[in-house]
Amino acid sequence: MALLDVNDLAVSFVTRNGVNKAVDGISFTVESGKITAIIGESGSGKSVACYSMLGLVPMPPGRIDGGTAVFEGTDLLQQSESQLRRIRGRDVAMIFQDPMTCLNPFMTVGKQLMEPLLIHKDVSRDEARQRALELMDEVGIRDPQLTIDNYPHQFSGGMRQRVMIAMALINEPKLLIADEPTTALDVTIQAQILQLIANLQKKRDIGVIFISHDLAVVADIADQIVVMQEGRIVEAGDRAGIFENAQHPYTQKLLAAIPSDSKTPMPEEPEALITVDNLCTWFGDGNKGEIVKAVDDVSFEIRRGEVLGLVGESGSGKSTIGRSILRLVPVTSGRVEFDGIDVTGLEGNALKNMRKRMQMIFQDPFASLNPRMTVYDTLAEPILLHGLADKKTIGQAVLKLMDDVGLARAFVRKYPHEFSGGQRQRIAIGRALATRPEFVVADEPVSALDVTIQSQILDLMQELGREYGLTMLFVSHDLAVVRHLADRILVLHKGELVEQGTGDSLFENPQQEYTRQLLSAIPGRSLLA
Amino acid sequence: MWRFIGLRLLQAIPVILAVITVTFFLVRIAPGGPFSAEKAVLPEVKAALEAQYRLDLPLSEQYVAYLGDLAQGEFGPSFKYPGRSVNELIGAGLPVTAELGFYALLVAILIGGTAGVIASLRPNSPQDYIPMTAAMIGICIPSFLLGPLLVLVFGIYLDWLPVSGWGDIPGDKILPAITLGSAYAAYIARLSRAGMLEVMTQDYIRTARAKGLPEWQVVIKHGLRGGMIPVVAFLGPAFAGLLAGSFVVETIFQIPGLGRFYVQAAFNRDYTMILGTTVFLSTLIVLFNLLSDVLAAWMNPRLRSQFGE
Amino acid sequence: MVTDTITDIAEAEKGTSLWQDAWLRLRKNRLALVGLFMLLAFIVIAILTPWIAPYSYEAQNLDLGASPPSAEHWLGTDVFGRDVLTQIMYGGRVSLAVGFLATSVALIIGVTWGAIAGYVGGRVDAVMMRLVDMLYALPFMIFIVLLMVVFGRNILLLFLAIGAVEWLTMARIMRGQVQSLRQQEFVEAAISLGLSPSTIIRRHLIPNALGPIIVYTTLTIPSVMLLEAFLSFLGLGIQPPQTSWGLLISYGAETMEEYPWLLIFPGMALTLTLFSLNFLGDGLRDALDVRGSKD
Repeated sequence: MALLDVNDLAVSFVTRNGVNKAVDGISFTVESGKITAIIGESGSGKSVACYSMLGLVPMPPGRIDGGTAVFEGTDLLQQSESQLRRIRGRDVAMIFQDPMTCLNPFMTVGKQLMEPLLIHKDVSRDEARQRALELMDEVGIRDPQLTIDNYPHQFSGGMRQRVMIAMALINEPKLLIADEPTTALDVTIQAQILQLIANLQKKRDIGVIFISHDLAVVADIADQIVVMQEGRIVEAGDRAGIFENAQHPYTQKLLAAIPSDSKTPMPEEPEALITVDNLCTWFGDGNKGEIVKAVDDVSFEIRRGEVLGLVGESGSGKSTIGRSILRLVPVTSGRVEFDGIDVTGLEGNALKNMRKRMQMIFQDPFASLNPRMTVYDTLAEPILLHGLADKKTIGQAVLKLMDDVGLARAFVRKYPHEFSGGQRQRIAIGRALATRPEFVVADEPVSALDVTIQSQILDLMQELGREYGLTMLFVSHDLAVVRHLADRILVLHKGELVEQGTGDSLFENPQQEYTRQLLSAIPGRSLLA
Repeated sequence: MWRFIGLRLLQAIPVILAVITVTFFLVRIAPGGPFSAEKAVLPEVKAALEAQYRLDLPLSEQYVAYLGDLAQGEFGPSFKYPGRSVNELIGAGLPVTAELGFYALLVAILIGGTAGVIASLRPNSPQDYIPMTAAMIGICIPSFLLGPLLVLVFGIYLDWLPVSGWGDIPGDKILPAITLGSAYAAYIARLSRAGMLEVMTQDYIRTARAKGLPEWQVVIKHGLRGGMIPVVAFLGPAFAGLLAGSFVVETIFQIPGLGRFYVQAAFNRDYTMILGTTVFLSTLIVLFNLLSDVLAAWMNPRLRSQFGE
Repeated sequence: MVTDTITDIAEAEKGTSLWQDAWLRLRKNRLALVGLFMLLAFIVIAILTPWIAPYSYEAQNLDLGASPPSAEHWLGTDVFGRDVLTQIMYGGRVSLAVGFLATSVALIIGVTWGAIAGYVGGRVDAVMMRLVDMLYALPFMIFIVLLMVVFGRNILLLFLAIGAVEWLTMARIMRGQVQSLRQQEFVEAAISLGLSPSTIIRRHLIPNALGPIIVYTTLTIPSVMLLEAFLSFLGLGIQPPQTSWGLLISYGAETMEEYPWLLIFPGMALTLTLFSLNFLGDGLRDALDVRGSKD
C-alpha cells in the first residue's frame, strides 16, 4: 500500500487580483522506502502542493479546491487543524531550504531538537536531551555534547541543515518532505547532505518527497520522479524512464538545460588580453585586525576572445577576483594588466575611459537594476556617458541594443519591476554591452534564474560573445555550466588558485585533491556526461 | 557580555560629563541667576552659596570643585528654599516620581504589549483595527490634553476618581498613571505589533508549525522572543519620555514629585535646584538607556556571542 | 509578444514607475487620504487666516466674557471675550509653522549628514555617527527646558532646539538607507560604468533612499508639534501675545470646569491634525514599503 496517495489535488489562492490556481489537479503516490522527487520551476506549485497537505498554507488566501491526500488511511485534507497538528512533526516531518532562516535564531539548537519529542511523546526532558544527542551523532554533527547548547548562527550552513534533518527525524516519522534542502548549500556540502538523506532514508525505510527545481540534483537518489509545470504534472516515472526516455517536451527541455559536455577548446592560442600577477585582495575588519584574504596571491591570464571559467564555492574568492579586475574593490597588492595597461594604478579620467572597455554582468537581476530607471534610462546611461551617441542617435542605439539581447522594443519605457527575472537579466546584459566593451565579467549570471531560463540566457551570452568579439570571465559555482561554456577553467579554493586546465583535462584528469572533491560532488554525474 | 557592558559604560561617562559641564556653564550665564551680581539674595542663602560654590575662586576651579562635590553626592543648597538642600528635595520627590513612572510603565507594557501582540495575530481584521485605533488615539492625544479630559470626565462629571494628590485618597494614583502611561502604551502597542508581524512571517515560525506545535506555543515560545526586541530597545527612550511626561502629569494632578519640583524650579529660577536635578535626572536617563541597550543586545544571541560569553 | 516593432522610443508605452505604484496604493488607503485632505485643509486655513478669520486677533469683548458656542462665536469665547475660533486659527498658524519649519531644519541637516556618512563610509562615517550617538544619549527634554529657562522664550531658539533634537534620527535613517543601497548591485553597476560619485548619489542613491525619509518626515512633524505644545503648556514655549494650540490648551485646562469648550476645541484641533499626519505617515509607509513587485 502506498504511504501517501494524492488524488486530483487542487489548491488556489484568492487575492484581490483574482484567483490563482497554484495546483490544478495533480495525482501521485509515494511509497514507503522510496524517494519520490517532485521537480518544477518557480510557480509550478510543487511546494504549495506538499504544504497544503499538512495545513501549512495560510487559508485564506489559500483554498483547497478539491482532491484527496490519503496518508496511512486518512485523508489529510479532511483533517481538522488539531488532528493535523498531531501528524505534523510526528508522522510526517519537513525540512526546508534555508537552515539559517528556518531555525529559530533565539533558541539553542538543543531546545529546538527536543521540541518535537516533548510535544508528541511522553518523555522527560532528560530523555529528550539524550535522544537529541543521539540524533545529532547520527546525522554527523561532531561533538554533540559540546554543541547542543549552541545557537544556530554558531554552526556552518551544512551543519545547520544536519540539525534540521535531525529535528525532523527525531520522532521517527514515516514520511519526510524535503523542500529544496540543498539549494542554499555549496556544491561539496550539497553532495554530503544528499548522501546523508539517502542513507537515512534507507536505514529507516521511510518515504521521502524531495522537492527541487534541479533535475540533476535528484538524479542520483530519486526512485520516482514527478515533473510539474504550472500546477500540473506533465510527466511521472522512475529514474531510468525520465532520464533516458523522457516523453513530455517540458521534461526534455529540463534535461536539455543540464549542461553535460565540454566546450571544444580554441584551436589557436592567442595572446593574453588580461594578465593577473600575484593578485591579493584582502579585507580588514576595522580595528579588530582580522583580515579576510579573499584573494591570495593569484596569477593567471585571460586570452583574447576566450571564455575563462572561474569555479569555486562560497568564500573561494571567485567574485572578488572579477571585482578586483574591474576595480570595484580595492586591490591590496599585485598587478592587473589590461591590454598592456596597469589597471590597478589608474585614477580619474583614465580609469573612466578604461571602464568602457570592461564591464560586468551581475548575479541578481532584481538588485542589479535601478528600480527607478526605465529600460531606456538604464541602457542609455552608459552610452551617453562615454559619448558613444548623441541626443539624436541615442534612441536608435538603445533600440538596437534591445534587439541584440532579445527584448521586445515596445517595452523600452517600462520599469524593472514590470519584467520577469530572465528579462531583467537581458536588460543587465544589454547595459554591460552598451559601450561595446572588449571584456566582460559575468558573475554567476544565471544562478538566480529558473533552469529553463538559464539555458536561454547562457545561449544568448554565447551568441553575443561571438557577435561582439568578447573576452569573458565566467564566474560560477556550477562546474557543469562552466565546463559547457568555458575554453579554460580555473578552480579556486579559499582565495587560492588550485588548478587550471581545459574542461576535458580537468574532468578526466584532475590533479588536485580539491578538484577531485568538487568533481565528485557534481550531482547526476552518473546519469549524464 | 561583560565586555559589552563595560564598553557601554565607558561610552556613557563622557556623555554624563558633557551633561554636567554644559548644564554648569549654562546656569552660570543665565540672566538673573544667583551668580550674576544683580539679583538681590537673602544673606543667609548668599553666604551658604558662596561657601558652597567658592565664588571667589576662578571659574575653572569652581567647576572642578563642583565635580568633586558631585562625586560625593552633594548637590548643594536650594536657592529658593533657604535651609533646604537640593539633595533633600530630590530625596523627597524621587520616590513619588519613581512610583508614578513605574505604574505608568507597567500600564504601558502590559496593556500596550498585549494589545500589540493580539493585533498582530490577525492583521487587517477587527482584532487588529480596534487596538490599533485606540493606540492611534493614545498617540494623538497628548498627556497634557488627556489628563485634563480624564479629570473632567471621571473626576468632575462622573466623580468616580480623585483628581489630585498622591497616596492621600485611595485611587488617586489611577488617573495619573493612566495619563502618563497611555501614550507609551500606544507606542509599545504599535512597536510590538510591527515586531510580531515581522517575526511571524519568518521561516522559522513555519518550521515550528511543521513540528506540530500548537499555535499558542508558536506565538509565545518562538514569536515573542524576536518580536519583543523593538519594545525592549524602546524602553530607554520611553524612560526619558516618562520622566519628561511626569513634568506635566504631576503639575496637572498636583503630585509632589521630582517632575513638578523641576518645573517649579525652572519657573522660580531656583538655579541650584535646576542644576542638581538636571544632572541627577540626566544621569538616570543615560544609565537607563544603557540598560535597555544591553538588554536588547542580550536578547539577540548573535550579538551576545559576539561579545564573548 | 510584439507583432510590430517600433522605430522610435516615443512610440513605446510608458511603464508604471514605483512612485506611481505607491500613489495608486496610497489612494486605496482611505484613512490616509482623509488624513491628507484634512491636513491640506488645515494648512490652507492657516495660510489664509489673516483674511478669513471671523474676528481680529486682538478683539476683546470684556462685557461678554467667556461664553459657550453660539451663532456669532461658533466655538465660543474665552475669558476676555475673544473668539475661540479665531484664537485657534491663529494658534494653528504658529503650531503648524513650528512643526513644518523645525522638521525642515531637521530634514536638511539630518539627510545631508547621513548621506555623507553613509556614502563615504570608513573613518568619516565612524566619527560622524559616533557624534550622533553621543548627542542621542543626551536627555534632550531636560536640555530644552533648561535652554528655555536660561535664554528666555525666543521662537527662533525654539525652532533650533527642536530641530536639533530631531535631526539625529533623520541622520541615522538616511545613513542606514545609503549604506544598504550602496551595497546593492545596481550601485556597483553604476560605478563600473564609470559614473562620477555625484551622479551616482544624485541619480541612483537619493531617489531610492527617499521612501523612508518621506515617511519619517511625515511622522516627525506631529512629534515636533507635540513638543512645542508640551513646552507651551508648561509655559516654556510660545509666549503671549502670540498663541499656539499648546498655550490654548493650557489656558483651557485651568478653567475647564466652568468653560470646558476652552479646553475641548483647541484639543480637538491639535488631535485632528496629529491624527491626519499620523494616518498619512502610516499610509505612506505602507504604500512605499514594497520595493517593486517581488511577489
